[in-house]
Amino acid sequence: MQQRRELDQVYTNRKLLNGQLDTPKWWLPTVSILGVVVLIGVVVIATMVNKGLGVTGLARPVYWGLFITTFVFWVGISHAGIMISAILRLTQAEWRRPVTRAAELLTVFSLLTALVFPLIHAGRPWRIAYWIMPYDISRGIYPNIRSPLIMDPVAISTYLTGSTLFLYIALLPDLGNLRDRTTGWKNAMYTVLSLGWRGNPRQWKMQTVGGILLSALMLPIFVSVHSIVSWDFAVASAVEGWHSTIFAPYFVIGAVHSGVSAVVTMMALMRWLWKWDDFIRPEHFDALARLLIVVATGWLAFTFLELTFALYGQDAPEIALREMQMFQWPWNALFIIFFLTAYAIPVPMWLFKRVRTNIALMFWTSILVNIGMWLERFLIIVPGLARRTPFVYTWEAYRPSPVEWTIFIWSFAWVTFLMLLFSKFFPLVPLFEQKESQVFTEDVMIGRAKIPAIVREAD
Amino acid sequence: MTTAEFGTHNWGMVVDVDKCIGCNACVIACQAENNIPINTQDRVERARSISWIRVERYWEGDFPDAKARFIPIMCQHCENAPCEPVCPVYATYHNSEGLNVQVYNRCVGTRYCANGCPYIVRFFNYWEPVWPESLRNHLNPDVTVRSRGIMEKCSFCVHRIRRESRNARSAGVEIADGAVQTACSSACPTSALNFGNFNDPDSKVSKMKDDKRHYTLLDQFGTDPNVIYLAKIDADKKISAGEAATHG
Repeated sequence: MQQRRELDQVYTNRKLLNGQLDTPKWWLPTVSILGVVVLIGVVVIATMVNKGLGVTGLARPVYWGLFITTFVFWVGISHAGIMISAILRLTQAEWRRPVTRAAELLTVFSLLTALVFPLIHAGRPWRIAYWIMPYDISRGIYPNIRSPLIMDPVAISTYLTGSTLFLYIALLPDLGNLRDRTTGWKNAMYTVLSLGWRGNPRQWKMQTVGGILLSALMLPIFVSVHSIVSWDFAVASAVEGWHSTIFAPYFVIGAVHSGVSAVVTMMALMRWLWKWDDFIRPEHFDALARLLIVVATGWLAFTFLELTFALYGQDAPEIALREMQMFQWPWNALFIIFFLTAYAIPVPMWLFKRVRTNIALMFWTSILVNIGMWLERFLIIVPGLARRTPFVYTWEAYRPSPVEWTIFIWSFAWVTFLMLLFSKFFPLVPLFEQKESQVFTEDVMIGRAKIPAIVREAD
Repeated sequence: MTTAEFGTHNWGMVVDVDKCIGCNACVIACQAENNIPINTQDRVERARSISWIRVERYWEGDFPDAKARFIPIMCQHCENAPCEPVCPVYATYHNSEGLNVQVYNRCVGTRYCANGCPYIVRFFNYWEPVWPESLRNHLNPDVTVRSRGIMEKCSFCVHRIRRESRNARSAGVEIADGAVQTACSSACPTSALNFGNFNDPDSKVSKMKDDKRHYTLLDQFGTDPNVIYLAKIDADKKISAGEAATHG
C-alpha cells in the first residue's frame, strides 16, 4: 500500500491545477444548484430581519435554539484548520501536506458562516456594531467586557484574521505558479495577488518563517476561541447543564473532533471530484483516523467527566435536567443518536486498518461524527433552557421553525459554495507543499518493495 | 436582605403571599400602566406572551388534600443579578436606587439576560407591538413603547418613582413613605403587594421585611433579591420561622 506512483513536477502541476486551468464538468451545475440554495437562504434571512424573530420557533424559556447550536457547530469545524496546518506543521507531521490548504480554507469559510448566526439571531442586528466597538464615548458607555458575547467577536475576528493571513501566505507560491500559466484578466489578477512572487531564496525564507510564526501565534487563539464560546453557556449560573467549569476544554476537544472529521469528509470529496488519487492517499486517511481515535476518546472522557461533575453534587434540578436529557422523549432519541454517531459507531470502526484506508467508509464515518457533534451542542443548549424550572408558567417546549431549518441548510450550502468558488481560482492542494514533500521523500528498498521514507532533518 | 449600600433610596417590594387571593388585578394594572402589548391567544399558546408580573398558581399537598396557592412573581431586582454581567451592551445594569434597570435604547436583543434569569421574568419582543385602533390613545405617555427585537421586564414603575422624586424635589421635601406606588401595588385589593424604601428604617416595607415569615425566591442562587416574600400562613399547621425562610 505504501508503494506509490512516482510523480514528476509536470504531472503534479497539471493534475493539481486542473480546477483552475480547465473546469471540471460537474463544477458549473453543482455551483449553480448551491447558488440557488444560497440565494433562497439569503432571502429567508432578509425576511427574518425584516419581519422580526417571531418567524423562528423560539419561545420562553428557550431563547437560544438552532442558530446558536449551528454557530457553535461552525466554530467547532473551524478548529480543523489550526489543528491540521499549525499544530501538525510545528510537529513536522509530513502527511499533513496535501490537506493543509483545504483545512485552512474550511477554517476561514466556517468562521465567516459562524459569525452570521449571532448577528442574525439578535433582535436588532443593525445595531450589533455596538457590541464590538466602543461607542458613544461622550457618554462614557462602553461594551460590557465581562460579557462573553463581547469576548466572542474579539476571539473569532482575531482567529479569522490570523487564519486568512495564514492561508494567504501559504497561497503565494502557488499564485506565482498560476500567474505564469494564465493569460488575460486571470493573469492580471494573479499578478496582483502574488505580490511579486518570484521564488527566490529570500522570498522562500520569508514565506516559511511567516508560516511558522503565524502557526505559533495562532496556537493560543486555537485554545481561546472555543473556550470563550463555551463560556457563553458556562457563565449562566442559573442554568443547569450550562454552568460547568469543565466546559472550556470540553468544547475545545469536541471542536477538534468535529473539525478533523470535517477535513476527512472534505479530503474524500476532493479525491473523488478532482481525481487526486495520487496526492490524497489512503495513508493520509489512515493518519487522520489514528489522530481522531485519540481525540475522540479524549473527548469521550470529557463528556463522561462533565456528567460526573454534574451529578456529583446531587443537586435535584441538575439531576432532573440530566434525566430529561437522556431519558425523556424526544431528547432520549437524540441522545442515543448523538452517542452512536459521535463515538460508538465511528471510533471502533477506525480501530481497523481496513476501515481507515477505505475512503468511502472514512467519508461516511466522518459525516456521522459531525451529525453527532451537532447534536451534542443541541443537547447542551436546548434542554438546558427547556428544563422545568420551579415556575409552571414556563414549562414550554421548543420546536425549530422552517425558517430556522432553511437558514441551517443555507449555512452548509454557503460553505460548500465558497469552497467550490475558491477551487475555481486557487489550487486546493498546495503545489509547493506537495513538491517539497517529494523532495523530502526518498525511496527505500525493502526486499523488492519500494517504500517512500522521509529523509528530512529537523531544521 | 439587601447588602449593598445605597443613597437615600433602595426601592423594594414585600409580597405577603398570605394575603394574595390570585385575582390578577396586579397583572391587568401592569399591562395597562406599562404599555404591554395585548397577549393574544396565539402569543400565549406559543409562550411568547409578555407579563411583567404574573400570578403563579401551584398546588400544595396531594389530592384530595391539595390546596391552591398563589404567588405573584415579577422581576426580583436582584442585588447580584445573573442578567447584568452577561449583557454585552450594558442594556441592563443596577442603578444606585436598587433597581435593575433595562435601557431599551441600548438593547440589541441577544436574549442572553433572559437565559441567565432563574425567575424567567424577562420577555422578548418577537414582533413589533400593535394595538387595536380603539386603544391607540390609551397608551401611557410616561412609558416607552418597546420596539421589536428588545428585552423588557418589570421596572418597578420607574416612571412613577421619577415623577414622585421630581415632585418632592420641587417641593423641597423628602419622598414620603407610600407616596410612590407601583401600578400593581396600588391595584392590589388586599395589600399583598407593598412597595417602598428599604433604606428608610421607619418605612412600612422595612418593618414588614423583618417579619419571621420572610423569604426570598430561589435563594440557592444567591441573587439577593429586592423582592421579599412573606410565607403563607396555613391554619392547619404551624410553620416555624426556619421553615419559612427556606420555603420557595
